[in-house]
This record gives sequence, C-alpha cells and structure tokens, in this order.
Amino acid sequence: MTDLLYSEEEEALRAAVRDLLADHCDAPGVIARTESDAPHDLAAWKALADGMGLAGLLVPEAQGGQGAGHREVAVVMEELGRAVAPVPYLSSAVVATEALLECGDEELLGQLASGRAVGVLAVGLHRAPGTAFPAVRLENGVLHGELTAIADAVAADVLLVPAEDGGLYAVDASDATVTPQSSLDLTRPLATVTLNGARARRLGDAEPAVRRALRSGAGLLASEQFGLAEWALTETVRYLKERKQFNRPVGGFQALKHRLAQLWLETVNLRAAARNAADALATGEDVDVAVAVAQSYAAPVAVHAAEEALQLHAGIGMTWEHPIHLYLKRAKADSIAYGTAGAHRSAVAELVGLQAP
Amino acid sequence: MTDSAELQRRTAELLAAHPPATTDRLDFLKARFDAGLSWVHYPEGLGGLGAPRSLQAVVDAELEAAGAPDNDPRRNGIGLGMAAPTILKYGTEEQKQRYLRPLWIGEEVWCQLFSEPGAGSDLAALGTRAVRDGDDWIVNGQKVWTSGAHNARWAILIARTDPDVPKHAGITYFICDMTDPGVEVRPLRQITGEAEFNEVFLTDVRIPDSRRLGAIGDGWRVAQTTLNNERVAIGGMRLPREGGMIAPVAKAWRERPELRTHDLHQRLLKLWVEAEVARLTGERLRQQLVAGQPGPEGAGMKLAFARLNQEISGLEVELLGEEGLLYDDWTLRRPELVDFTGREAGYRYLRAKGNSIEGGTSEILLNIVAERVLGLPAEPRTDKDVAWKDLAR
Repeated sequence: MTDLLYSEEEEALRAAVRDLLADHCDAPGVIARTESDAPHDLAAWKALADGMGLAGLLVPEAQGGQGAGHREVAVVMEELGRAVAPVPYLSSAVVATEALLECGDEELLGQLASGRAVGVLAVGLHRAPGTAFPAVRLENGVLHGELTAIADAVAADVLLVPAEDGGLYAVDASDATVTPQSSLDLTRPLATVTLNGARARRLGDAEPAVRRALRSGAGLLASEQFGLAEWALTETVRYLKERKQFNRPVGGFQALKHRLAQLWLETVNLRAAARNAADALATGEDVDVAVAVAQSYAAPVAVHAAEEALQLHAGIGMTWEHPIHLYLKRAKADSIAYGTAGAHRSAVAELVGLQAP
Repeated sequence: MTDSAELQRRTAELLAAHPPATTDRLDFLKARFDAGLSWVHYPEGLGGLGAPRSLQAVVDAELEAAGAPDNDPRRNGIGLGMAAPTILKYGTEEQKQRYLRPLWIGEEVWCQLFSEPGAGSDLAALGTRAVRDGDDWIVNGQKVWTSGAHNARWAILIARTDPDVPKHAGITYFICDMTDPGVEVRPLRQITGEAEFNEVFLTDVRIPDSRRLGAIGDGWRVAQTTLNNERVAIGGMRLPREGGMIAPVAKAWRERPELRTHDLHQRLLKLWVEAEVARLTGERLRQQLVAGQPGPEGAGMKLAFARLNQEISGLEVELLGEEGLLYDDWTLRRPELVDFTGREAGYRYLRAKGNSIEGGTSEILLNIVAERVLGLPAEPRTDKDVAWKDLAR
C-alpha cells in the first residue's frame, strides 16, 4: 500500500537540506541575487549536488548515482520550495535526469548525478506530460531552431533538445545561444535557446523520454508547491501572532483565524497528495492518476497560500524587501509549469473514465 | 504482544467453535466479544486483547471471508464511536463490565444527551440540572438534536451539578436509563422529511450515583473524550477511491451521457480530485496513528468531509436535471440507522446540510484548528470567571 509518511532517513535528509539552505539561501541574499548577473546560487547548488550527492538520488549506484528514489527527491523538493532556492535541481536532477534514464545514456547520467554538469531538457516549462512539444530542425547532423521558456537554461552545461526526426539530442551549451527572458518567477529564470548549426549527439527517442521527464517533473513539483505553501502558512501564522492592532494580536481576530485554518486544511491535503505522487513514482504503481491528482490540487493551494500570505501581511507584503513576492511569483509560475491544474484535471478525466461531453 | 498470526489463530478457533452457519447471530457476537476479537485494542476481558488497533483489520477480513455476522455498527454509531471510548477511559470496572458487552453486540443502543436549546456551540453553558438526593441524582431539563433516542436503551448525559461555579467547572457526566418514566422522547422532523433526531424532556429522572462517569464536576473533561471521538467517527470513515458521495455522481456521469455539460464536467472533475485528496489525507492520518505519531489532521477531516459532501450532493441534484426536481419520499419516518448516502440525490443533498452542524459546526472547528493546531490567540472570553448562574441567557 502507498506509504504517505516520511521515514526516519527522509526526516534526516530534510534536516540536512534545511541546514544547508539556511546557510546559503537566506531571503535577503536570494532577493539580491535575482537582480544580479548570476540568478542561480551556484554555491548552494555545488553544496547540494557535490557536497551532499543529491543530484544523483534518482540514478542507480552503478551509473554513478545514489540509488535512492522519488520519495527522497520529494523531501529535497519540499525544502527547496520552502526556501524558494534558486538552484537548477528540478531541471537537472529530476527532469533532465529522467530523460537520460529513459535514453540510457550512462556518460551524461554520471555527469549530472555527480553535479559535474547541469543538464536541462529544452522543452518549455509550461508543457504538460503527454502533450505535444516543439522540435528543432536537423540538417546534415547539426541542429537549427529556437526554443523558448526553457527553465534554468542559463545555468546549463548540456541541453537535451528534441529534433524533428523524433530524436532527443545532447547539445553542449557552449554551442547554443542562451538568451535570458524576463521571467515572472525570479528564482527559476527562463531563457530562449537558439541553435544555428549546433553539433549534437543523438541520445534516443524524444517522445518517451520527454513524457517520462515531464511526468516526474509534474509529480515532484507538487512537493515543491507543498513546501512553498507550508512556508507561507507558517510565516503568516508567526507574523499574525506578533503583529498588534486595536490593542490585540491580529491573529486573534476570527475573520483571519478562519482563513488560516482553511489554509492549513488545504496544506495538509496537499502534503498527502504530494506524498502519494512521490510514492507512486517510486513504486511505479498508479503513477498517472497519482501525478494528475496531485497536480490538479497543488497549484491552486500554493497560489492561495502565497496570496493569503501577502494579503495578511498587508503593506509589508507588497514590498520588494519582504520575500513573500518570491513565493507568490514561484507559486504562480508553478501553476503553469508542467501543465496547469486544468490540464491535469483533463488527464484525470481520461484516466478514470469521466469523459467530457 | 499479540501479532497478526496470533489473531488469525484465535479467529480460526472462534470460527471452529461457533460456525457462523449454524450459530445464532447474537450468540456468535457474544462469543466473539469474549474471545477478545471485537475491538482488539481494548483490554482483555472487555472485548479486546490489548493488541495494536491496526490489527483489527486482520480479524475483520478473516470473519468476513467466513461469512460471520457483524454487529451492524451503523445501528449504534454513538454507542460504538463515542460512549464506548468514554466508558473505557473514565468508567469504573463495574461500569465497563456492565455496559461494553451489550453495547458492542448491539443489544443495547446508545444516544447522546448533550445539546440543549440554549447550549449549542456553547455546550458548556448547558442548563439541565442534576441535584443530589441520597445515593441518586434527580435530573430535570431539555435536550435536543438527539439522534436515535427513539431506539436507545442508554444515553450519555451531561448535566449541571453546581451552578455556583464557572460553567465548565459545574458539569457532571452520567449514564441515563432511557426507559426511566421521566424520559420523554419526541421526534423532531428534519428538512429531509424524516425524524432521525429528537428532543428529549427529562422530568425528575432518577439516576443512581453508580451511573456517574468520572468525578463530580469533571464532566466537561470527560465530554472532551466523547466529542473528540465523535469528530473522528464522522470524518474518519475509510473509503476506496471514488467511494462515498462521489460514487453515485460518477456513476450517473458514466451511464447517462445525455446529462453531460461542459460546466458540470469541470465542476465534477474538481470535486472528484478533492474527494480523492481528502481520502488520501484520511489515509495518511490512519498511517500516522498506526505508526504511533498521531497528527493534528483529524481536526480537519470533518471540515473537509462536510464541505465535500455538500458540494458533491449539490452537483448531483443539478446533474440530474428533470429528475433533480423530484424527491423520493417526504414521509415522516424514524429511521433505525444513519446513512448519509442512502436513498436518492435530493435526500443526500438535504441530509448533507447537517454535516457542517452535527458534532461541532464548521465554524467552531475552524476556531479549534486555529487555536489548538496553529496556536493563534483564543477568542476573548467574557464568561470565564463568572458563576454559571450569573451568565446572560
């Protein structure tokens, strides 16, 4: 049966990641970095990937990874969401890694698993699993074309690019032109990838690799969304106990208490849905329904949590200085990433036989 | 420690000694109780074996496979879900021996005499008086919303024994004999047409002090055990995927394509997902309990369950179109059991309205979550240090 709890090892992993992020990703630092030339925190990434070996959780030990699984990755995702950490973990250690696992490319898997290289799947962040995605032209063994909304591409060493022949190709990032796009989510920046006769190596068939990568990305994104929501709830409860108006803590007013209780209810529901998706990905059972259910539920909750945090913090929540906006922007972008809640509800309809009219 | 194999062995022994096919139903249930297989987490001698609660499923599965009769728990939900855990926690040895066996078997049905016309959400303000008279208490007052009082042999009752102290301090918890001549049960007809609950008038009802549960003046604390178990019972039912209220809607959607519209489709999918997520949250809560790490999620389950039941049944009536304009039966009945999903869509819709009221309104439960789970400041209290008799009413 599905295990919806956290094991002792998973809790220990959580504590270690949380400590690391407390050292590297404090809110003022993350805010300052969003306007710098280096939006990603590569020191934090190195500590996570190289120091703790977390980039290889999904990769078997024989292929240079840790041989752990999706349940452990989900715990890391929760903590990264809680810290709204600007690291290419989901892009490289989950999505690109799953594509490479499908293709069976040991050399690149080893590089990604060790954190020596950051890999990025060149499919727009908004694409849902199982839907169509753009491909570039293959002419005389080199690639031509432009792909947009590629998350974390500016941090990539290697791009995994779908081509019109149905193949997935590895392109060295130095052979592509990566142009940052001004992105709503400041901590998971997008870029345009332009290929003008880029050298490429065929890894395997694009369709199954992309499908698997996006399904895993969607399922584990729910854990990030849970982390975001839990931060927003915890931080808002803390603030409302402290903030006084009318000679009382404002958290004592019933209109606000009920809103926070409602948010708590949504958040604990999201944790169950996210754990279920992670466990399903780990066991391979009931994966499609579990992922579609989690993604149908997660985005509205994460966005609601961030929006409530902003409203209940009031004026200070509107400032650039307070980190709430980072969470709101991430939550809103996540509501589009790997398919909207509506797209995943349509998937549920197909999977459980509740057909549209 | 009693393990799974040991329970299977004991269950096989019970079945061999009392073959269900040739054993009277009540005799079988009594034998099951005496074998400690009724609720395995209860102590030995009281229908259990002191085993982990999670192992009950092992026994239930074996007995079901053997075609053994069950105790029809829906007929005695208040007895099994609320009275029993309270008696177990606060009862004397004599009380446990006297009441738990006939309760579990279903020979004696229980009801709950808590709410009053003047004490709903503010239950601790209750005014039913119990006055000491030798070895007895004389009880006078009026209770309301008493589900199943018309079938009940016993009631759990809270009454005011000391009006001169603040309201929470002057309450005592009793077991009330529903056949006492001073107990009058009148049906209260509900919006569904039936009378599932009643008002109960208590006039000079005599209760021996030996039927007091817990100490004099400690009734509020004892009642918390009852109320916490009530919320778990209401919110904690285990369901398969697409079980409960969503089942008839999904069935109608699949079988009757002529009813489908785009608007209904979007709303159905949203509720289907929410029902599935609520089910997973309930499953996670159970896993936490089994692992001995109970979480606060239980407080929220009833809230989620109430809202979902209401929205899903509302959608069902709308989906049915012309048929949704009809109602199966408005006859005044006094049902033997409570079944939220029984009957037709109109009944489900109307009955579900009670889900956010019974066992604590959703508004009170949101307060409880905010204060006890999130630690937000309590509501300002003007009645805390005032004697009950001096409160405004």
